[in-house]
Amino acid sequence: MKRLIFIIIITGIFIQASGQKYITKNGYIGFFSHTPVEDIKGDNNQVASILDISNGEIVFQVLIKSFKFEKALMEEHFNENYMESEKYPKATFTGKILNPSAVSFSTPAIYEVEVEGDLSIHGVTKKVKEKGSIEIAKGSISANSRFSIVPEDYNIKIPNVVRNNIAKTIEITVNIKYSTSGNQ
Amino acid sequence: MKKQFILISFLTIPLLLNAQENLLDMLDQDTKPEIEFTTATFKSTRIMNGHSVERMPGGQLDFRISHRFGRINSGAYELFGLDQSNIRFGLEYGINDWLMIGAGRGSYEKTFDGFAKFSVFRQSSGARKMPVSVTFLSAVALNSLKWADPSRTNYFSSRLSYVAQILVARKFSQSFSFQLMPAYVHRNLVATELDPNDLFTIGAGGRIKLTRRISFNAEYYYLANPKKYLSQEVYDPLSVGFDIETGGHVFQLIFTNSVAMIEKGFIGETTGSWGLGDIHFGFNISRVFSFKKH
Repeated sequence: MKRLIFIIIITGIFIQASGQKYITKNGYIGFFSHTPVEDIKGDNNQVASILDISNGEIVFQVLIKSFKFEKALMEEHFNENYMESEKYPKATFTGKILNPSAVSFSTPAIYEVEVEGDLSIHGVTKKVKEKGSIEIAKGSISANSRFSIVPEDYNIKIPNVVRNNIAKTIEITVNIKYSTSGNQ
Repeated sequence: MKKQFILISFLTIPLLLNAQENLLDMLDQDTKPEIEFTTATFKSTRIMNGHSVERMPGGQLDFRISHRFGRINSGAYELFGLDQSNIRFGLEYGINDWLMIGAGRGSYEKTFDGFAKFSVFRQSSGARKMPVSVTFLSAVALNSLKWADPSRTNYFSSRLSYVAQILVARKFSQSFSFQLMPAYVHRNLVATELDPNDLFTIGAGGRIKLTRRISFNAEYYYLANPKKYLSQEVYDPLSVGFDIETGGHVFQLIFTNSVAMIEKGFIGETTGSWGLGDIHFGFNISRVFSFKKH
């Protein structure tokens, strides 16, 4: 009997551990830079992310080379001159939802959350704390956020020649839809 | 019971501890390796005078203006060559990511030129490894000068010459790229019977990035045909200079012993010698316009 309880508990833990993580490989992260001279927009639809609803842990992984631009030359400059994507191929975020109890993962609604964690871009890791939302719908969970970063914080140098073409703060949009049907 | 409780605790602790770190590892394990193509082996579709393995991506139009001034050793009276100028305008377009076409007009021999350049292999790492990029260039040039002797029968085909070239390049590191480019030039009409219609040459070129936006480039073509029997003295073209990138423009500043800006001209008709100081200063300006969301 004791042994049975033990087995049930152990299997329960494993089922919980695997059943509460949601994964996607095609989340969206985009950035937008607006100046009077030029708007620059990069879109990445191959963002990998895991959300663990048991403890609110959330990670993102972004391949820098997967950002798409309106002009091919922008893409080349982005990779070559600013992000140095051969040296720093990925940007990552590892963090936690600070108020996971505010989210009822079984009730469809939009929940405001606050996320804190380490954001690594261009080889520089910074602690960030940003607001976002978790949207629970039937059959899906989405994580959305919009926040700003300053390229210089991540040691991304913008030369004077293009000073007027690139905004001082870059707006980041995160739009990740997880499938609740497990691995996707 | 107590024992089992302890056992359970021990089993669950590592699970809890690992959770954070493992999420990123989980993603890594789950991500299949992709083919990573090497980009920006060179900043421009030209190393200096000659082509690089780079092509215009699909839907991008490159407007090029190139100048070669007179010889620096022509002295102060000619302002070291700046009083004379040879020019080529070109419009070059990427049909898709592996094929580009271009057309231009140069003042050297009043030449119209056209070319097609396509990618055979692209250097890549990751899921598929390819050590070099290989690009094929095919070009034609039309000399539109008035006939030297209008009294004889002149054929239109005599105005034409052709180039076939294989460009093989490797980006060894972020800052160093090297290219080898054998080429074959066929000229339908040559000046005298001493001059061969077919020219064989092998070129080598490379770049060293000095900063993120400036690179030092050099390019040399070795003409395999014996030069001493030609009707005029020609030299192997050697060009050195800098690529300077500013947003949508690439400026190339060049010192070269050749005045022509197309293969047919600089491969077989370079009459300047570096040793004698017959050096031309010049530049290429490339401005790219986008016609398609990439």
